[in-house]
Amino acid sequence: MNLTQKTKERIDAKRMINDRWRQSKWLEPLVYDLGSPGERGIIAVELEEEIRNVVGDPLDLLPKEILRKTPPHLPEVGQPRLMKHYVRLSQELTCEDNTTMFPLGTCTMKYNPKSHERIAETPRFTELHPRQDEKTVQGILEIMYKFQDYLKAISGFSSVSLQPACGSQGVFTNMRIIRSYQEDKGFGMDKKDEIITTVFSHPSNPATPAMSGYKVITLYPDETGFPSVEKFKAAISERTAGMIIGCPDDTGIYNPNIMEITKAVHDAGGLCILDSANANGYFGWARAKEAGFDMTHWNLHKSFSTPHGGAGPGAGPIAVREDLAKYLPTPKINFDGERYYWDYNLPSSVGVVRPFFGNTGVILRAFAWVTSLGGEGLREVTQTAVLNNNYLRMLLEKIPGVQVAYETKDRLHEIRWNLNQVYAETGVNSFQMIARICDYGVGDTFPSHFPYIVENPITPEPTETYSKEEIEEYAAIVKRVVEECYETPEIVMTAPHNSAMPHVPWETMFDPTQIAPCRTVWLKLQKK
Amino acid sequence: MKKIGFIVNPLAGIGGSVALKGSDGEEIVERAFELGAVCKSPERAISALKKLQPLKDKIEIVTCPEEMGENEAKSCGFLPVVIGSSFQRRTQASDTIHFAKEMLARNVEMILFAGGDGTARDIYDAVGTELPVVGIPAGTKMHSGIYATSPEDAGELAFLYLSGKQLKVKELEVMDIDEEAFRRGVVKAKLYGYLKIPDAPNFTQGTKGGGHQADDQFYLKGIAERIVTEMEQDIFYLVGSGTTCRAIMEKMGLENTLLGVDVVLNKKLVMKDVTEHQLLELLEQGKQSKIIVTPIGGQGYIFGRGNQQLSSRVIRKVGIKNVLVIATPSKIQSLPQHRLHVDTGEKEVDSMLKGAVRVISALNEVAVLEIV
Ligand SMILES: Cc1ncc(COP(=O)(O)O)c(C=O)c1O
Repeated sequence: MNLTQKTKERIDAKRMINDRWRQSKWLEPLVYDLGSPGERGIIAVELEEEIRNVVGDPLDLLPKEILRKTPPHLPEVGQPRLMKHYVRLSQELTCEDNTTMFPLGTCTMKYNPKSHERIAETPRFTELHPRQDEKTVQGILEIMYKFQDYLKAISGFSSVSLQPACGSQGVFTNMRIIRSYQEDKGFGMDKKDEIITTVFSHPSNPATPAMSGYKVITLYPDETGFPSVEKFKAAISERTAGMIIGCPDDTGIYNPNIMEITKAVHDAGGLCILDSANANGYFGWARAKEAGFDMTHWNLHKSFSTPHGGAGPGAGPIAVREDLAKYLPTPKINFDGERYYWDYNLPSSVGVVRPFFGNTGVILRAFAWVTSLGGEGLREVTQTAVLNNNYLRMLLEKIPGVQVAYETKDRLHEIRWNLNQVYAETGVNSFQMIARICDYGVGDTFPSHFPYIVENPITPEPTETYSKEEIEEYAAIVKRVVEECYETPEIVMTAPHNSAMPHVPWETMFDPTQIAPCRTVWLKLQKK
Repeated sequence: MKKIGFIVNPLAGIGGSVALKGSDGEEIVERAFELGAVCKSPERAISALKKLQPLKDKIEIVTCPEEMGENEAKSCGFLPVVIGSSFQRRTQASDTIHFAKEMLARNVEMILFAGGDGTARDIYDAVGTELPVVGIPAGTKMHSGIYATSPEDAGELAFLYLSGKQLKVKELEVMDIDEEAFRRGVVKAKLYGYLKIPDAPNFTQGTKGGGHQADDQFYLKGIAERIVTEMEQDIFYLVGSGTTCRAIMEKMGLENTLLGVDVVLNKKLVMKDVTEHQLLELLEQGKQSKIIVTPIGGQGYIFGRGNQQLSSRVIRKVGIKNVLVIATPSKIQSLPQHRLHVDTGEKEVDSMLKGAVRVISALNEVAVLEIV
């Protein structure tokens, strides 16, 4: 056969791509709409005569006031049907971690080692209750205490709180610490009321200072992809209470001037927070402290391999420099040489940001992850993640119309790409392309955080998880989808076709008249 | 039945295809045809109109004869109401104005039109902000922010609006450049006015390629509140052109000039729509003064476009430090490379203005951009 080069390439690309991927799709009703009146999963046994004679009707044992007047509205479904129901739902919705690759991006969606899940599943952990006496939970307290030591080593800071339950809460806690610190120094809101951030920092970075009563100054990038020192200097003044940025942020660019910038903020009396949700770009290679920051937070549900799907649970521990330790949330875990205990006596603390001590299940998994890797292992995580990302870059750059946003060459763990040229030439935007990418058995690639500064954005993040072949497969899929934009744009515009959830026109997703937040509303909508 | 006006400028973009940088004026059109130009605009108009096919039985299309709309509408399977009868000549700008006015008189709910900057101007001349319009991008010059990001998006936006979605409307800039100057390599865009566009995330400039656009009104009000509360006594505020500046005047309940400069002192209007000369005289009084300006959306000029009264001499008198720049986040995001530009006519003043600048973008928010 006499194949042209192009056809050959296509066939090769085809072989690499799983064309036949289909997500399980069931016409599964809500559990309330299953079964029939009187159907039961478990039928409680009748009390035996002798017992009944002694105790009487068990219902009489309950105070009258707490008895329900009407039965609860519960589904009435037999066990086999119920089992089928949940198996189907799980086939449709979960297991993304195991069935597809590249789920999301700029969220450091990495593999969750199953051995760590096993550890978190043991009754020795799951049967614990936060209200138990400290004496009886020394094991988990020890793990938490030691995990704090890990975070200290990773950041260079001397004090940690594991309490915040997600990244944004960690950012919020750090923001409250800035406020307490400045007030203690005599700089209330009347003197220092501005927080500086960059437009590529996560939306929680401007949102939490706004919640804390600060004015927010947002810096826009230069052609390099990050703001010049001059822009920082234009923003910094005697009103600066602090700064929060990601470094690298979602462009994967490490701001080369970071030391100069943190110094300028300090000179103005401000504090510097590093958003370490992108820690996969520098684990063990760079530390917040040495870059001139005063505090940081991590997303354990990202960089530390704990599950991220289904909206949590997450954990957003924070670390701060010595003199800020007194502001950390209450309680604080301590060790007196023999025993671990909670210290509630923290008069300068910003208070409690969530009940109890943090999402311990997440902390336990993260502890397992760091312990299994060790310091060298962490460095290797970053090395591999950066290598993977740059290999992916090499492959994607060859696809016409796929462009790295901004000029800076060196990128760490991820890159924000733009698909403007494809859009201009075909009318297919990057959101539609992402939906089509899913059709080939790949998770939903992240476009961009808001605001969409880069038009037609897409931000794949391969992390250290994926193999060379998987990265090549992903690149081949992107190439195929770009070709489809030119050849059969309608197919891309109406994607996904192979997912349980079909194409949903985006405007309906923002239309309150079409959203059913609960079953009652859904029933009403059905009637309309 | 909802009535919708549909206008195609069949010659839009024709100059661009043969590198003539625009298609305004008969000579250029002839020259373009000589050079073998083809009309792309009807095709783009059809791509947009196709999106309205699901509404076929619910809307009535009012359009112009032949290639100005009739042909395109028919090719999409519509049976349009056609105003007037066939041309025996090439279409021209005055046709657009004529038909748009006629549509307004026939109470259409909105106008969907295909063209470039020149066409947007014509539509603006004919209907102003009387009714919402949706622009199908088909021209060579596309400096106006009013155009949808693609013909398909224009169609979809019109579809959303016509299918009864409760869409807000927003005003966006109608710009045009001086084509003569442009052919000589000088880009001088001018702000002509504003058109009303249905406001849905994703469709117009600034959120190209998707996005969830924040409510512009919210930010406008916030900016106005901040400026007004921080206004100092006994200082002249020279309030520039545009809807963002208008929000400040409205906040104080003052009359204002949309495309001109008004002067405020102690929250009272002291002079309306001033000239450069009047400003210079005013500044002679020796009082301190501040300038409030907003960049033009999708473009970024804060001086030299639509506010030439604020000349280099005025700026020198007021002082660079006393220039306040305001813009909503969505406008900032619509600026190419998030940059601001100045063209005061004096190189030295331009270079004094250059560098990083704070831009007030909400009640409690500031953005830092670069003036280049
Ligand atoms: C850089 C960055 N910081 C903070 C956060 C917020 O984390 P969370 O979603 O856990 O609140 C994220 C989440 O995407 C992030 O990417």
